[in-house]
Amino acid sequence: MKKAFLHFLTFSLLLFHIPVSAALRVFACEPEWGALAAELGGPAVNVYTATTGLQDPHLVEARPSLIAQMRRTDLVVCTGGDLEQGWLPLLFQQAGNSRVQPGGPGYFEAAAFVTLLEVPSRLDRAEGDIHAMGNPHLHLDPRNIALVAAGLAKRLAQIDSVNAVHYQARHDDFSRRWTQAMRRWEQQGAPLKGLAIVTQHKSWSYLNNWLGLRDIATLEPKPGVPPSSAYLSQVLAQLRQRPAKMIIRAAYQDVRPSRWLSERANIPAVELPYTVGGSDQARDLFGLFDDTLARLLKAAQ
Amino acid sequence: MIKKQFAAIGMVAVLSQSVIAEEAVKQEMADEMRRPWQTQRPIVTSSAFNPAVSLILYGTYSRFTKNYHEEIHGFAPAADAHGATREGLSLQGSELVVSSNIDDKFYGLIIVRLEDDKTKVEEAFFQTLALPQGLTLKGGRFLSGIGYLNEQHPHFWDFVDIALPYRAMLGGNYGDDGVQLRWVAPAPLFVEAGAEVLRGENFPAGGAAKRGAGARSVFVNLGDDVGASHSWRAGVARLEADAQGRVFEDDAHNQYSFTGKAPLNIANFVWKWAPLRNPAVTNFKFQAEYFQRDENGKYTFGAPAQEVNYGPRQSGWYAQAVYQFMPRWRVGARYDELKGGTPPMELADTLLDAEGHKPRRASMMVDFSNSAFSRLRVQFSHNQTAPKDANEVYLQYIMSLGAHGAHKF
Ligand SMILES: [Zn+2]
Repeated sequence: MKKAFLHFLTFSLLLFHIPVSAALRVFACEPEWGALAAELGGPAVNVYTATTGLQDPHLVEARPSLIAQMRRTDLVVCTGGDLEQGWLPLLFQQAGNSRVQPGGPGYFEAAAFVTLLEVPSRLDRAEGDIHAMGNPHLHLDPRNIALVAAGLAKRLAQIDSVNAVHYQARHDDFSRRWTQAMRRWEQQGAPLKGLAIVTQHKSWSYLNNWLGLRDIATLEPKPGVPPSSAYLSQVLAQLRQRPAKMIIRAAYQDVRPSRWLSERANIPAVELPYTVGGSDQARDLFGLFDDTLARLLKAAQ
Repeated sequence: MIKKQFAAIGMVAVLSQSVIAEEAVKQEMADEMRRPWQTQRPIVTSSAFNPAVSLILYGTYSRFTKNYHEEIHGFAPAADAHGATREGLSLQGSELVVSSNIDDKFYGLIIVRLEDDKTKVEEAFFQTLALPQGLTLKGGRFLSGIGYLNEQHPHFWDFVDIALPYRAMLGGNYGDDGVQLRWVAPAPLFVEAGAEVLRGENFPAGGAAKRGAGARSVFVNLGDDVGASHSWRAGVARLEADAQGRVFEDDAHNQYSFTGKAPLNIANFVWKWAPLRNPAVTNFKFQAEYFQRDENGKYTFGAPAQEVNYGPRQSGWYAQAVYQFMPRWRVGARYDELKGGTPPMELADTLLDAEGHKPRRASMMVDFSNSAFSRLRVQFSHNQTAPKDANEVYLQYIMSLGAHGAHKF
C-alpha cells in the first residue's frame, strides 16, 4: 500500500514536474501533431497549430501569419510524405529560422516512423494529383500515433534536454493510456470489420486498414480532382451492383457530392472529424477516435 | 506527521528516480548524437526538398481593335519589356524552373525563359537558410522584393498581362543582378524588412551606374490573419535607380537617352478570403498597389543633339479582385490607371507627352483550372493607354509540367 502510494507520488511529481527554462515553441503542421505535441510536452511546450480540423491539409497557403510563427519556433512537427509540399518549403525559405530547417533536429516528420500505404508504382499526372511518396494521411491508424509518439518524445528530449525526464514521463503516461484506449476502440470497432464504404478522398486508408473497412469506391474520379456529376452517376451505377453501407467524408470536404450520392443510393453520408478539431467531440486525440468510432457505429446500425 | 514522512521519502524517491531516469535518457541521447537522427529511416520523406524541376508553357491568341497601341503615352518604354502581348497566335515564352536546397545552409533556384531567338536567365540565385536572427541573404539575379506583383512570374498572374504601373514604371517585373538581405521580426505579427543593392542595368535603371551598383531598394511588409477566414499583407517599398544613358526609340527610330535618377515609391495591399481557409470551393482575393515616382535628370535627343531637363511627377495605381465562384472556375476584374505628368516643351508631341491624356484600362477575365497544373483563360480589356480607345481580347493557356509549384501568399 505504502509502496503503491510512493509510486503514485513519484509519478505524479514527475508528471507535474515544473519544466525548466521557457516553454519550447512547437509549430505543428496539422492538428493531430499539435495535439500529440501537447500530450507529450504538457507545460514544457507552447504549441502552435498551423491548420485546423476544418481545413483541407492539401490546400494550405504560406500566409504571412505562418511565416511569423515559423520564425519563432524551436521545433516543426509535420506529416511529411509530400503532404505539405505546397507551402512548407516556402515557410522554410521565408522565415529565416535556421533551427528548424529540414535535415536538422528541429524538423520532425511523422512519415519517417511509419510504413506508408499506397506508394504508387507509376507516377503520372494523368492519374490526378497523387501522393508520390505514398498515402500521407497516416494518423487515422492509432498504432501509427503510438509509433510517432515514441519518436516525437525522443526528439523533444533531444532538443530540450533539460526537460528530457519530463518528456519521458509524459510519454510513458500517454503510451499507457493510448494502449488502453486502442484496446477499447478495437473492441468497439469489431462489428465494422469487412464493412463496404465509399470515401471522398483516399484520406481513410489507414483507418480502413486498422478497422478492416473496405473502401469500394471514391467520389474523386482521380486524387485531388473534384467529383463531377458524370462521375458520381458512374459511382451510383456501381453501387447498385455492389452496395456499400455508408459514404464517408472529412469535416473539411464539400458536403454536396456525398449528399447527392447518399440521397440516390439510399445509404447514410457520414461526416467524420478526420483530425482533432474536426468535430466538437474530437477535442484531443482520444476524442478523435472516440468520436470517429461512435459515428461509424451509429451509421452502421 | 506520517504524512510529512511520506512526503520526505517521496521527495528522496523522486530525486533518486529522476537522477536514474535522467542518466538513462542522457545515455540514449548520447548514442543518438553519434548516429544520424534516425538510424533505419530517412529523417525527411518529402521529395520537395530534392531538385524540383518544372516547365511552364504558355501561349495566347490575341485580337486587338485597330487603334491598339503598345506604348503608353507619357511614359518612356523599357527596351526589353514583356508585359505587352503580340497580336494573333503566339507563344508567350516558356519557362524552365529548377530549384532545390543545395545543402543544409543554402537554397538555389534558376528560371530560364526560352524564346525563339534567345534564352534569358530571368532569375538565378542562392539564398541562405541558416543565418541567425531571422536574416536571409540572397545573391545572384532575382526579381526585386518591392511591391506585391513584382516577385510573381507571369504564370502566377491573374490576368494575361501585368498591371499598367508595373509596365510603365518597371518595364514588367523588375529584376537585376544583386544582393538582398531580409529580416523577419520575432513577433506574432508578420513583419519583414529588406534591402537590396542591384547592378542597375535594367529599366528603370540603366548603364550599371556606380560601378555596377546602380540601384538600391528597401521594403517593409506586414501581414496577419483576421478571424478564421481572412488574411492580409501590406507593404511599402522604395527603389532608387540611377539611369545612365537609358535609351528608347520611337516608331520613327528617333532615340531618346535619359541620364538621371528614377526614385519610385510603392504601397501595396492584398486581402484574401477562403471560408475557414478552405479555398477548394470558393475563395476571393483583392489586391491594390500605388506607384509614385519623380524621375529627375536630362533627356538627350535629336540631331543635332539637344539636352533638356526632365522631372515630371508621375503616379499610377491598379486594383483587382478575383473570385472563385465554384471549384476550378474564377472570375476577375481589374482597373489600372496612370498619371503621366507634363514633360518640358522640347519633348512635346513625343512618346513622353501624354497630351493631357490619362492612360487607363479596365479588364475582365474568366479562367478554368482543370488541376493545379493547367489553366485556360479568356480576358477582355478596354484599353485607353493611348489617346484613342482600343479593345483587346485574349485567350490564354498556362500549363506546368513537373514539380508542384509552391506559391507565395
Ligand atoms: Zn491526400
